[in-house]
Amino acid sequence: MAQTILMIGTRKGLVMARDRDHRQSWNLDPIQFANNEVYAVAIDSRRDPPRLFAGVVSPHWGPVLVHSDDLGRTWTEPEQAAIAFPEATDTALIRVWQIQPAPDNQPDVVYAGVEPHAVFRSDDGGVRFRLIEGLWKHPHRPEWTPGAGGACLHTVLPHPTDPRKVLVAMSAAGVYRTSDGGETWQPANTGIEVVWRPEGQRRPEFGQCVHKVATHPARPERLYAQNHFGVYRSDNGGDSWEAIESGLPSNFGFPMVVHPQRPATIFSFPLQADAERMPPGARCRVYRSDDAGDSWQTFAAGLPDDPYYAAVLRDAMCADSGDPAGIYFGTRVGDVFATVDGGDAWAQVGSHLPDVLSLRAAVVP
Amino acid sequence: MSPRLVLPAALRNCADGRREVEVQGATLREVLDGLATQLPVLERRLRDERGQLREHVLVFVDGVGVRGAAELDTPVRDGAEVYVAPAVSGG
Repeated sequence: MAQTILMIGTRKGLVMARDRDHRQSWNLDPIQFANNEVYAVAIDSRRDPPRLFAGVVSPHWGPVLVHSDDLGRTWTEPEQAAIAFPEATDTALIRVWQIQPAPDNQPDVVYAGVEPHAVFRSDDGGVRFRLIEGLWKHPHRPEWTPGAGGACLHTVLPHPTDPRKVLVAMSAAGVYRTSDGGETWQPANTGIEVVWRPEGQRRPEFGQCVHKVATHPARPERLYAQNHFGVYRSDNGGDSWEAIESGLPSNFGFPMVVHPQRPATIFSFPLQADAERMPPGARCRVYRSDDAGDSWQTFAAGLPDDPYYAAVLRDAMCADSGDPAGIYFGTRVGDVFATVDGGDAWAQVGSHLPDVLSLRAAVVP
Repeated sequence: MSPRLVLPAALRNCADGRREVEVQGATLREVLDGLATQLPVLERRLRDERGQLREHVLVFVDGVGVRGAAELDTPVRDGAEVYVAPAVSGG
């Protein structure tokens, strides 16, 4: 019988949630990788059984990428490190920020975005990755700066049909694209303002602090971006961007999620920017647009009524593969919420967990 | 007799549950190079891919800390105790 699983990566370990009755209630496994940060989780549903990934960082013993072929009950760490910088770079991996299985037409390809700014690719299902040198050697690299969270490459979006095209997003370097399989990369930030720069210098070619980019496989030319100040849409694959923040209480935030069955429906969790980084008015609210960001609605049913001060981080919101799709978000006070009706009603999956860093969900056989 | 690497509880799962592992080498670097062949998953808990000791890993050779001293060039005699510990850090 099909079941939905939800991977909850936290600052102090990984919690696997498994639905009991059509996503109405959940069993939470005991925490795994205790006291290790889990910044990145992924479910590769192309495989049978699905392969789960977790990017785990020990404060003492460093970062590892592990995978599970039994839905998160046991984990495998390859004898040779899955992700390691080549010797010639004189660089050490700090953490994995993103694990992104490629589309179905590239069944064994998995991408990983890491800190420091780099993207790796696996051609064996995620056991061994190699650095994509074209981005590593990009002439802009000396000018890329870290965001507050680090020099992270946090988003990898492989094109759904053209394996040569990949888009990445980095804090605070901006969006870059390749259309030749990673040999060359071009910045794609036209229209995105950098409001903290002096007047007249606010539209640089790169250097934007992009927090998340999302797209829908049926409309890959349409992209949505949550920036450090600014919510944007591109209708031309990133050639240019236009603001879609009218109707939101703030243009600051971290996550951006597209509804899996409705390419024009997107979800956001705005924060009062950026000195406060709390939900506006201390209200825990999800914002949804059904017209690709032209207008926004607020959703609160089932969410806490008390003043709420916790943020939702960039990968702590996700959708599952169910029909209707489930949408999930987790907060920095360890609450996790889910909706199966597009946001009209939310239910709590878990509470009092460590602060949530990453979520991924899928319906599994 | 080879130097003995003494492991904290948190790392014994990388050494089949053992508390101690014997590894040959005349310096700490050689010991860890040997460990990389013998138990690579354990070795990369101690050093990153540049071969540098991780920031919050402490190593004592015969009771003397290597940090701020000879570090990886620390001589290791036959039968020496190479004691590994996590630094007191984190939150």
